Amino acid sequence: MPSQKSRQPVPGTTIFDGEQARKGYALNKMCYSFNDAANRKSFVADEDAYCARYGLNPQQREAIRNRNVLQLLEAGGNAYYLAKFAGIFGLDMQDIGAQQTGLSKDQFKAKLLAARG
Amino acid sequence: MAKIVGTITTSHVPAIGGAIAKGLQSDPYWKPFFDGFPPVRDWLAKVKPDVVVLVYNDHGLNFFLDKMPTFAIGAAAEYRNADEGWGIPTVAPFRGDPELSWHIIESLVAEDFDLVTCQEMVVDHAFTLPMALCWPDQKWPVRTVPVVVNTVQAPLPSAKRCYKLGQALGRAIASWPKDERVVVMGTGGLSHQLDGERAGFINKDFDLKFMDSMVNDPAWATKYSTVELVELSGTQGVELLNWVVARGTLPEKVSKRQANYHIPISNTASGLMVLEPA
Repeated sequence: MPSQKSRQPVPGTTIFDGEQARKGYALNKMCYSFNDAANRKSFVADEDAYCARYGLNPQQREAIRNRNVLQLLEAGGNAYYLAKFAGIFGLDMQDIGAQQTGLSKDQFKAKLLAARG
Repeated sequence: MAKIVGTITTSHVPAIGGAIAKGLQSDPYWKPFFDGFPPVRDWLAKVKPDVVVLVYNDHGLNFFLDKMPTFAIGAAAEYRNADEGWGIPTVAPFRGDPELSWHIIESLVAEDFDLVTCQEMVVDHAFTLPMALCWPDQKWPVRTVPVVVNTVQAPLPSAKRCYKLGQALGRAIASWPKDERVVVMGTGGLSHQLDGERAGFINKDFDLKFMDSMVNDPAWATKYSTVELVELSGTQGVELLNWVVARGTLPEKVSKRQANYHIPISNTASGLMVLEPA
């Protein structure tokens, strides 16, 4: 079993590996279903029933309820599938980035601009 | 015999699709990005490709974690785009080239690259947006062969393996008996990270070194492990593996026909290059 240290060698980063893929399977599968507009509608109409149908565990259900990206990642979510969940609420990548870094959206945009050097 | 006339490597940020749909090409935020493309279109008008072999990563449209190939190739007569969940408009279908696809499959498997073959495949923004940037009227004048690299679920293929895949892909295309002109595209990157406390990470210094290596030192990126590439370019910056495959299809010596780099498009440092065999 690889150590947690070797699996997460980059600070503030979770490498989405086999362990995360196993942990997050139900959550990512639900997010993958949001490619379909009818499924997005079903989720919005009855979130509890939709999450139950995909067998989310309590940690994943809570993270979805909180719309909290760091919690979703902790629960095994993968950024590419979570983006489809974020899409339901019309959130863009600066909203997502701001939430994860504890910055306002304007501060997060400024951080991106600062990378120009 | 077929000839690779050059490569186009570009970012494929989903927001580009929104900008195209809203006609924001001249908007101050978007202009520095879109301005990179008219020279690419001029180049395409000159080299007149018959086929585009497009190397990209799927983001959860065609592939899910139930079956996640390290390398996959389309072998369909047509590839359709579909809803990815966040509302960018879909584009017209792309013509495939099953004969060329199977020639490439035969050739690559004979060189010990064991790809997953797909007779049905939907293509996502990483395929459609670079095509739309090259042909804004979205009337695709080329046949296409999609090649998909796993940049989603670790372990990812190493940069070294991707470069070798590109070299084998180059040989496969060059041995296609038809007298056709082929452009290889590689899409994704450059540095960006969407997830985690490190979200918003961009590394201009690394990106510029990588773009320089595309011209002068094509195997440069192969000295890094994929985790090192994540550290240097971000969790999604590692999509640059698709550039590495595309670069592998060209000979050692190349000429740069176009390059553009801009920070930021959405959360991404966008890169664009056109290379030709020297």
